[in-house]
Amino acid sequence: MAIDAATVRKVAILARLNEPEARLEPLARELNGIMTWIEQLAEVDTDGVEPMASAVDHKLPLREDIVTEGGDPSRVLANAPSSKDNFFVVPKVVE
Amino acid sequence: MAGSELTSLTLKSALEGLKSKKFSSTEITQAHVDAVAASKTLNAYVLETPERALQMAAAADARIARGEAGLLEGAPLGIKDLFCTEGYRTTAASKILGDFKPTYESTVTTHLWRDGAVMLGKLNLDEFAMGSTNETSAFGPVANPWRAEGSNQTLTPGGSSGGSAAAVAADLCLGATATDTGGSIRQPAAFTGTVGIKPTYGRCSRWGIVAFASSLDQAGPIAKTVEDAAILLRSMAGHDPKDSTSLPVGVPDFASFVGKSVKGLRIGVPKEYRVDGMPAEIEALWAKGIEWLKEAGCEIVDVSLPHTKYALPTYYIVAPAEASSNLARYDGMRYGLRAEGKTLTEVYENTRGQGFGDEVKRRIMIGAYVLSAGYYDAYYLKAQKVRRRIADDFKAAFEKCDALLTPATPSAAFALGVKDTMDPVQMYLNDVFTVTANLAGVPAMSVPAGLDKDGLPLGLQLIGRTLDEETLFSLGGALEKAADFRAKPKTWWKG
Repeated sequence: MAIDAATVRKVAILARLNEPEARLEPLARELNGIMTWIEQLAEVDTDGVEPMASAVDHKLPLREDIVTEGGDPSRVLANAPSSKDNFFVVPKVVE
Repeated sequence: MAGSELTSLTLKSALEGLKSKKFSSTEITQAHVDAVAASKTLNAYVLETPERALQMAAAADARIARGEAGLLEGAPLGIKDLFCTEGYRTTAASKILGDFKPTYESTVTTHLWRDGAVMLGKLNLDEFAMGSTNETSAFGPVANPWRAEGSNQTLTPGGSSGGSAAAVAADLCLGATATDTGGSIRQPAAFTGTVGIKPTYGRCSRWGIVAFASSLDQAGPIAKTVEDAAILLRSMAGHDPKDSTSLPVGVPDFASFVGKSVKGLRIGVPKEYRVDGMPAEIEALWAKGIEWLKEAGCEIVDVSLPHTKYALPTYYIVAPAEASSNLARYDGMRYGLRAEGKTLTEVYENTRGQGFGDEVKRRIMIGAYVLSAGYYDAYYLKAQKVRRRIADDFKAAFEKCDALLTPATPSAAFALGVKDTMDPVQMYLNDVFTVTANLAGVPAMSVPAGLDKDGLPLGLQLIGRTLDEETLFSLGGALEKAADFRAKPKTWWKG
């Protein structure tokens, strides 16, 4: 499996990263290098091994489904690039 | 006491001096504020908060006068700029967070302030903690206070907690917070002659720490001595309902384990850590460490961690996958940078294209790729299974021994700029000895153990069982005592 410029473009779109056309080839080379190095994992016998998603054996706790914090729009909006009347202002989505 | 006398104190002796009113928090804080202001060449701090520091110091002095001193009362500390600090800019050293001023405080720093500590400012790091040299920071790299004997070349302090390690080594704080996802506490500690511990995953709450790879990220201290690290960790740790992975366990008095006898402890020496091309000096230091622990009464056992060589490739799937998910939140809508664009998608793409640096983008791309349709099983699921194998290696080893001893890094600090001559994989190999502990979730500590032929510090690493930091502190104390590491960097950066 080789990563080419077209794959890089596709992944960049998936990741919402604007990569200039000139960066696609060098990135493909870098990512290929990294992924080829990663390929060695195929050597490891993992038949019947449970995938490990958490670093320690610990059951995730459930909490009461109640409001603990909130009702403070000024704190929520304090860092917004643009806001109005307690709402985030975002670029127009629907024409 | 003169300013430099105050800044050169260990945290432990500073706390004693404060308690016995030999000097005030205002005095020792002012001494540090002055030292920080005179050390801009190091680029360790990305935000200095002298007014806040002196205000906190005055409050600490008042509490000391009332006999209400907390565990860290009046001690000036540095905070890695990955911890959210209410009202004070928090950037993760990324342009995408811009002037972000959190309206909340991270749990770890909340604990420090609860115990009376004083904030000197925010410390530089690799962007989003992704890097091993501090060169991916949007603020430029930190300079290592250490230089090779007879050389003027600036060296890397390591990364990602390079600012934390440099600030501690240069006496610009009594101790610092740091985080470790693949070695980001231990590698910079080793490069700067400081002590760093990555505790068990879940010991410290991740709430309010800018996320990189959530199943690997863990906070810990960088300090001047093993005992200082123990004092800091006691304050930083503790269960937090706001982080569902925070462990509901009590916090021991870690410092009480420093100086405890290590007689009869079994120390595992993993043969897989003897990697190709390892410098003879690192090998010799490791042998010395084994000898020191033997003399302290430990029993040395050969152990095997057969999947060690797969740890880095596993990490470079798991960490980027989690990073690409975590960093999806930077969309320019709610906080941070928003770039212009004709459509909403263009705004997203331009914001992220301009806001993230190259290394962060590279890792987001790897993450998006390994998680994309058709590759998930082949890469991500496979890596999660190998991760289990790696964790099982540790479980098996810990049936034969109480802790492991390894080198902390495959080399001493190297020159800034070397990164540009290496491919990414070569750079990633820096974390070869440290990344396994993150994957397995076990605690690990780096202790300065000697100088190389150029006079640069080298560290040894101790790895312990899950939630057994106590043994690490005892062993770390024993190594520290035997190594008797007292060297300090020459202060070339002042003025």
